[in-house]
Amino acid sequence: MPELIHVNVDKEIDARGSFCPGPLMELIRGMKTLPVGGVIAVLSSDPGSARDIPAWVQKAKHEFIGAFPEQGYTRFVARKTH
Amino acid sequence: MPQRILIVGGGVGGTITANMLARALHPDEAEITLIDASGQHVYMPGWLYLPFNRSSGSSLVRPERSLLNRRVRLVTGMVTRIDTQNHELMVECNKDQQEILGTGGATKATYAYDYLVLATGSRLAPEDLPGLSEGMDRWHDFYSLQGALRLRRALQTFSGGRIVIAIGGIPYRCPPAPLEFVFLLEDWLHQRGIRERTEIQYLYPLPRVFPIESVAEIVTPLLEERQIGYTVFFNAAEVDTAKQVIRSLEGEEMSYDLLVMIPPHRGARVIEDSGLGDEQGWLPTDHHTLEVKGQQGIYAIGDATDLPVSKSGSAAHFEAKVVAARLIAAVRAEEPDPQKALYDGEVMCFLETGYNRATQLVFNYEQPPRPPIPSHYYHVEKQLFNRAYWYIVPRGLV
Repeated sequence: MPELIHVNVDKEIDARGSFCPGPLMELIRGMKTLPVGGVIAVLSSDPGSARDIPAWVQKAKHEFIGAFPEQGYTRFVARKTH
Repeated sequence: MPQRILIVGGGVGGTITANMLARALHPDEAEITLIDASGQHVYMPGWLYLPFNRSSGSSLVRPERSLLNRRVRLVTGMVTRIDTQNHELMVECNKDQQEILGTGGATKATYAYDYLVLATGSRLAPEDLPGLSEGMDRWHDFYSLQGALRLRRALQTFSGGRIVIAIGGIPYRCPPAPLEFVFLLEDWLHQRGIRERTEIQYLYPLPRVFPIESVAEIVTPLLEERQIGYTVFFNAAEVDTAKQVIRSLEGEEMSYDLLVMIPPHRGARVIEDSGLGDEQGWLPTDHHTLEVKGQQGIYAIGDATDLPVSKSGSAAHFEAKVVAARLIAAVRAEEPDPQKALYDGEVMCFLETGYNRATQLVFNYEQPPRPPIPSHYYHVEKQLFNRAYWYIVPRGLV
């Protein structure tokens, strides 16, 4: 299990319980207003996020830092690279 | 002394809250004032049908006064500043609104509150997507009355080519609407006999055509069956209206003959100007109590919030009931009833799939929707709801 110890998160979005528009949309929205180099975390309880979020981060050529399981949800962390 | 409750915004959320408070609270308990910039109540879901001549603009607007309980005082004016330190709002009005504002000739007034409800909605912000502001008359939308009417004129003279439908920013109002538009457009082109000369391309930001997987599973085969092209992972980055090309953050581009954009959205200007919102002007809102975070006695409803639920009249409708229940309890210094006074993320909406069929989405924070197979039944239900809206929804009867 990856550990989130050395990464400072600049912005955290609580998208737990979000089906529409959903955690990925919250991440894309948050990423847009984040400065380049900033780190964003999205909390999601939707199992689909494990596939959707890394896929979008890779497609948009940002850096996926990791998915960190918590009690009943997962924290997804990514860095804006451009 | 009655408590002063100010509600900003005469959309579905503000109107229901005002009416529910007026019915429940005695004049000795509370004085209820609703402030709205236009004094007109607009049924925005009807704009979807305007480009296809399936509704008329005038049927989608009514005076706000006609929908309000007579105990609610209506002020027509623009809130320009929210001063949470002093519990006051600054309101400005046009010269022709002076009488309505009741300020005896002044065009500015200050209103004090004990409780405040911010139902200030969202606004279109084309300036947030490079290229849109520069070529305002060279793209279309159905997210405003004016835009939907102009799109209707453009479609009347359209004889074939490529129509692109794209999302200009996130979040946007009513997530199903772009997909509904695509289905209604395909149906309409077919009826006009120009479907074979028209290519439809739907560009969507997510890895599938709709945020919710169970819904995407139903609608994707319909798009394929009707030969509607779609590209996923397309987050609009720029529009070149001179070359008629749209480009994505992910590095793709597509040319078009007619572009229908869902323009970027932001929260109301007054929220940004008063320093209450996030970078896009959405109010940080508690997911369950709907209180604005760090602001006791101030509640947010509908599009104005940063809640992870769809920006829709339906969400505002359910949220308004929660805020009304909390305010009634607060005015009476009672504990709010947890059954009524906590929002569970409830949303209920329809999704038109063309050819007089539709499906329905019902969900909350805990339960994802399980949409039924599109049928004529849900299409009729949506049409009936669109007409019954004026009689049952703003009054808070359902």
